[in-house]
Amino acid sequence: MMDILNALVVLANFVMIPAVAYGSQLALGALGVTLVYGVLRFSNFAHGDTMAFGTMVVILVTWWFQSMGISFGPLPTALLALPFGIAATAVLVIGSDRMVYRFYRQTKSEPVVFLIVSLGVMFVLNGLVRFIIGPNDQSFSDGERFIIKVGDFKKMTGLDEGLAIKTTQGITVVTAIVVVAALFWFLNKTRTGKSMRAFSDNEDLALLSGINPERVVFYTWLIVAALATIAGTLYGLDKSFKPFVYFQLLLPIFAAAIVGGLGNPLGAIAGGFVIAFSEVTITYAWKKVITYVVPETWAPDGLVQLLSTEYKFAVSFMILVIVLLIKPTGLFKGKSL
Amino acid sequence: MSEPFLIGDCMTGGYGKGPDILHDCTIAVEKGEIAVIVGPNGAGKSTAMKAVFGMLDVRQGAVRLDGKDITKLSPQDRVLQGMGFVPQTHNIFASMTVEENLEMGAYIRTDDFSQTMEQVYDLFPILREKRNQAAGELSGGQRQQVAVGRALMTKPTVLMLDEPTAGVSPIVMDELFDRIIEVARTGISILMVEQNARQALEIADKGYVLVQGANAYTGTGKELLADAEVRKSFLGG
Amino acid sequence: MSDTQKTYALFALVAVLILGTGFVQSWNTALFILNMGLISAIMSLGVNLQWGIAGLLNVGIMGFVALGGLATVLVSMEPVPDAWEAGGPRILMGLAVGTISIVALVLSYTKLPKGWVRAIGTIVVAVIGFYVTRSVLDPAVQAVEGVNPALTGYLGGLGLPVLISWPVGGLFAAAAAWVIGKTALGLRSDYLAIATLGISEIIIAVLKNEDWMTRGVKNVIGIPRPVPYEVDLQADPSFVERATSFGLDPMTASTIYVKLGYAVLFAIVLIVLLWLSQMALKSPWGRMMRAIRDNETAARAMGKNVTARHLQVFILGSAICGIAGAMMTTMDSQLTPSSYQPLRFTFLIWVMVIVGGSGNNLGSILGGFLVWFLWVQVEPLGAALMDIITSPMAEDSALRDHLVKSAAYMRLLTMGIFLLVMLRFSPKGLIPEK
Repeated sequence: MMDILNALVVLANFVMIPAVAYGSQLALGALGVTLVYGVLRFSNFAHGDTMAFGTMVVILVTWWFQSMGISFGPLPTALLALPFGIAATAVLVIGSDRMVYRFYRQTKSEPVVFLIVSLGVMFVLNGLVRFIIGPNDQSFSDGERFIIKVGDFKKMTGLDEGLAIKTTQGITVVTAIVVVAALFWFLNKTRTGKSMRAFSDNEDLALLSGINPERVVFYTWLIVAALATIAGTLYGLDKSFKPFVYFQLLLPIFAAAIVGGLGNPLGAIAGGFVIAFSEVTITYAWKKVITYVVPETWAPDGLVQLLSTEYKFAVSFMILVIVLLIKPTGLFKGKSL
Repeated sequence: MSEPFLIGDCMTGGYGKGPDILHDCTIAVEKGEIAVIVGPNGAGKSTAMKAVFGMLDVRQGAVRLDGKDITKLSPQDRVLQGMGFVPQTHNIFASMTVEENLEMGAYIRTDDFSQTMEQVYDLFPILREKRNQAAGELSGGQRQQVAVGRALMTKPTVLMLDEPTAGVSPIVMDELFDRIIEVARTGISILMVEQNARQALEIADKGYVLVQGANAYTGTGKELLADAEVRKSFLGG
Repeated sequence: MSDTQKTYALFALVAVLILGTGFVQSWNTALFILNMGLISAIMSLGVNLQWGIAGLLNVGIMGFVALGGLATVLVSMEPVPDAWEAGGPRILMGLAVGTISIVALVLSYTKLPKGWVRAIGTIVVAVIGFYVTRSVLDPAVQAVEGVNPALTGYLGGLGLPVLISWPVGGLFAAAAAWVIGKTALGLRSDYLAIATLGISEIIIAVLKNEDWMTRGVKNVIGIPRPVPYEVDLQADPSFVERATSFGLDPMTASTIYVKLGYAVLFAIVLIVLLWLSQMALKSPWGRMMRAIRDNETAARAMGKNVTARHLQVFILGSAICGIAGAMMTTMDSQLTPSSYQPLRFTFLIWVMVIVGGSGNNLGSILGGFLVWFLWVQVEPLGAALMDIITSPMAEDSALRDHLVKSAAYMRLLTMGIFLLVMLRFSPKGLIPEK
């Protein structure tokens, strides 16, 4: 019995909790991609770098706050800096829409053209972020490190295995729930949110109904900026900030959005968790858990790790391929908000 | 005779830079009456209606609503002027609930539209029942009701319907026509394009038979139904 | 100015830029730009085939290029006998078992009746196949990687002439393209983009982590060359004599000679590929490809198998990228998996194609040279510019220090803006499609 409990604790500590946190971060990222897809109808390859930009601003403001001695008690100062990051990112994406994307909207260009244009934007953002903050790892998490520490947990429960919940993991999940709830309230209850859904569902009819497309696009970018900054900041707090890693996040984020059904917000969230859980379970070394559960003689020699962590992108890719082969529209039918 | 409430007067034009599809074509509807455009496939029926609604370039002629020249207005502006339009396909927000569809129909209204929504629900009781269902999950006939209901939300003075009965069963078609008559009785002018010429002319106050983008026959619904030539050529005897 | 004259003028401009580099900077730099320009031109020729002619989005060029690099190692390096003894046959067996499991997986998915039977059957086959493969492969991999890891720790290659690796690199890339194409073609165009982005990241991950094959981040160095070595030339009295007769010191002469040798080889490949591409473009096949690109629905309605045609062109384009990748690794004479950066090897190639003129083979070649030139030269220009901008600031200013250090990233910014400006104001590129 104790063994089973210990196994569960190990499982929770190394698989469930990290996967829930990572899944929330991916879900927020995928929501941004899916919103752009639903309303502006293209796959935004600049999204990873938009996240990097937002996080960078948050880091800079955090440093500024820290230098002035402002802190948020046990919580990371970055949370205080978040609104600044969102504002700066909003200015950036709406500016890039005005200067870049709007022209192609007016000329009614193909989605592929938008995609290539977003590659150009990605290039620019990439350079901008590296120019300002450099290509290296930045750690900006402060405040209390743990909600529950391994030692405390062991003392509390008397189990051999400990469980730790990092503050950043707790914050990630709470923030994600708040943000998603707010987003769904906005999309389903407000006039502007409904007009966004209507525009995404049937553009021509939305125009006939007098919905102003530029207004819808403006609000979409605003929300995307917020989602990208929050997702990027949470990821950076939980792990660390490195511009190139944010570019690489594009793959799991797109995989999440496609698995769930591009353009479907609910699907983006589900997809985020599918990808995160698969990635963590497949790259986790199961030796410890199995040793607790099976009789002693069966205990495995190896690590029982399906794939090494270097191949985590392969996991999102495999899931993506399976979905494309079996159900290209995703788990939840995509295409509109 | 005074001018009709809505008239597309001697319209000539086509899509974008393309060739003319309409040639000196006139379509009009009186207040609270039903006008129907019929004709063979490719006669420009839908095009004529879209011209009235401003969805293609009218190079000659004019469109006037209640005596005002609206030829230069965009479709959106015509909605503001009191015209409602129900496209033939993709005429609902499939992923949104029935009620949200109606709300979106009233998007441009800044006043309280709950009254209008009640009127739509009174007209189409089934929609009240299914108000919280996604419109895309409804049957074909019910979807058309949603589409018409959406267009009615702006309290239009003219309602334009592009083949409202396309793809629905004959029973549903009869019911839809009944509703359309009811709408007309509330004082809204109806202009519609119909494939089912005979049934449509039966409820029409005025009928237009178009051939190759031009007026071939014009008369009251009864006259056209009685016209031997029209019967032979377009109504199948 | 007619179109042909404009084309000549633009290529003349490139020649002037490269020659200018030779006169102003050094001939070594000029030849380096020329050689990488030739390779870039080949890559953008391949991408142009996919995007310009068929409208397919390949965002994983880096992966295909890296496969070419892998081919170079596997073909030309000397085999490591100790490593082969330690686990070579078992690794081959493991790979064979892996292949069999994949075939079994595909068969179980396609042949089993739909529903639960298929779902469970496929999963069972996948799990068993995975474990059997791993159990065969893992010990062998460990054994191989344990053999003198500081120097070898991998199986090595076949020890064949390095030039053979060029077509082999093309084949590797073609095989990967087939897998991707089978999956993502025929779906929405963005899916291909995302799938190629994914496969390229995975290929790089494999190169970095499968030490038994590529030595991973320990890099493979000293890949044999198709041209003489500088030291050998310097030791050759007749070469030294000829060099001095040109008024060059033997050191410089030997490096220039070697680079020129590469230039000739690369130019031959480029010309052959260009000739083939031009022929293909003008053939009925090329006309059909463009017809499909311009109106896919109509082409489908006429009974053309659009997806199959797309698969063909996607494989061809990727193969060309693979060849270029093998050539590049040959020139570097080393494989450094960590040097493959998507911005450099995927997105820069896109800039080349768009700037040169998508749909026009000559245009993409011009783009390859021109953009590569800018990529190399913007860095010193940026640094110089930063020096001027920051000169009024205090010597010890932190901002000045930061700006000067970050000047290197100016070129990402510049390339992005360059791409956006071209897309907006001259979407057809410098040499538009006819």
